[in-house]
Amino acid sequence: MTHEEDALIDVQDLTKYYNDFCAVDHINLSVAPGEILGLLGPNGAGKTTTLRMLTGYFRPSSGRISVKHLQMPKDTLHIKSLMGYLPESAPLYHNMLVYDYLVYVARIKGIIDPDKQMARFRTLVDLCGLSTIMDKPIATLSKGLKQRVGLAHAMMTDPEILVLDEPTSGLDPNQIAEIRSIIRQIGKEKTIIVSTHILSEAEATCDRIVIINKGRVVADDTTASLKNKGLQNSVVRLALKGPDQTTALDLLASMDPALDIRPAQAKEEGLVCFEIRPPDNRDVRSDIYLKIKQTDWIIMELATETQALEKIFQQLTRQEA
Amino acid sequence: MSQIKHIAVKEFKDYFISPIAYIVIALFLIVTGWFFFSTFFIYSRADMRDFFSLLPIVFSFFIPAITMRLFAEERNVGSYETLLTMPVSFTDIALGKFFAATLFSAAMLLPTLAYPVFISFIGDVDPGPVAGGYLGALFLAAAYCAMGLFASALTRNQIIAFIIGCALCFTLTIINRMLFFMPPKIVAVVEYFGASSHFTNFSKGILDTRDIIYFISLVCIFMFSTYLVMQEKN
Repeated sequence: MTHEEDALIDVQDLTKYYNDFCAVDHINLSVAPGEILGLLGPNGAGKTTTLRMLTGYFRPSSGRISVKHLQMPKDTLHIKSLMGYLPESAPLYHNMLVYDYLVYVARIKGIIDPDKQMARFRTLVDLCGLSTIMDKPIATLSKGLKQRVGLAHAMMTDPEILVLDEPTSGLDPNQIAEIRSIIRQIGKEKTIIVSTHILSEAEATCDRIVIINKGRVVADDTTASLKNKGLQNSVVRLALKGPDQTTALDLLASMDPALDIRPAQAKEEGLVCFEIRPPDNRDVRSDIYLKIKQTDWIIMELATETQALEKIFQQLTRQEA
Repeated sequence: MSQIKHIAVKEFKDYFISPIAYIVIALFLIVTGWFFFSTFFIYSRADMRDFFSLLPIVFSFFIPAITMRLFAEERNVGSYETLLTMPVSFTDIALGKFFAATLFSAAMLLPTLAYPVFISFIGDVDPGPVAGGYLGALFLAAAYCAMGLFASALTRNQIIAFIIGCALCFTLTIINRMLFFMPPKIVAVVEYFGASSHFTNFSKGILDTRDIIYFISLVCIFMFSTYLVMQEKN
């Protein structure tokens, strides 16, 4: 966790009501410089509302937001100039050409000198892969390309903080990979807050993950630590060909009586399947292999459930639901 | 200040990127041209009084058509979020859009400058009322643009924005002709609220500060209302 004084962004008791509905409920967040923070949560959890308040689009119902010790709403304009924001599904001006749009954004963000504009455009074109679309109307671009133009918009002034709201939603796998690689590249130097409901994305790109559900923070930890917590309840899946269920169960139980072995649904006919939970969270796969090796049974599957983050996510968000 | 300029320039250019500008300008010229010249030769008067007298009513339909997209479209497409999270204030956005719409209205009026030139070939045109009329037309357009902008800020549906805008502008245009139905005590007050009487003074070549203040007040009231709506919606 980050200390409040060192935090680049510090959010205290942030709350937002839409009439009577509480979309964000007393959220506390702090983001350290250089950190890539993943804001995770199911649809409608309050991620977008939180980011909209953070970027100055929505006024919070209550709570405090400070960025580099500047306070909202007093210093909102200054804070906006420190941030680059890519809203969900990159809403842009559809009737403009990409080049004209970038010129407009550059001017609004204070890059007036044409030479400086061109220098910045060259960097952004390389980084976001815009070279072939600069003269095209935004309306004719695919979703992935629009997203890239949105990223170029967000990074126009090379801001210290980037806020990306579901940057890969609705993209195909190739486009997702491209956008992720761009985020990782930028993340080497910048502080990034990225919201997503895709867990693998958060796992692949973020240093720290905050899980939000129903407007509340339900988990806030480093990605590695969250994954470890998930692994504590890891399950080994075993599928055997040869024995009947009772014989196999007896043999496995003879290994260590403390093992929690449960029969599972067989994926194919002629297989017996088990889910094994080691009590002390150790890896029991080698023990199982050595034990089975003594018989003439065939191991068809022996694997640890690896989607630890998904599990934590489901636990936290279902409990609340 | 520079932010207002950038937004105004972008919005003004936007009109000409889409066919809207050309359609609106062409329609405006056909409507005003037809109504003006259809009776022009009957009266044998080398002036533009008839042109200016129908301008308020024409503006009350054309200007809401110009302003209806300014906020409603941005809200609908979602680009309003992109715009508001850039380092610009509500005031910059509202004023930028207002100046763009007013400038476009001026551009719409520009081709009609040919009328006094043509008329001057067939008779002596008094330049005073013509110049006053155009100045008044700019004030009138600015006031109606502020009202249209306010209507556009209220909703994300352009058609609703257009109808509200028309209703506001039309009310101020015809209120002078409704005085007959008013109680005598409030006639003077209601008459002051009507835009037509103030505009008529301009088109007679009279520059009265009361008329100028009236139009500037309208702009200020509706721009401030727009600002309040923007704040309220976020």
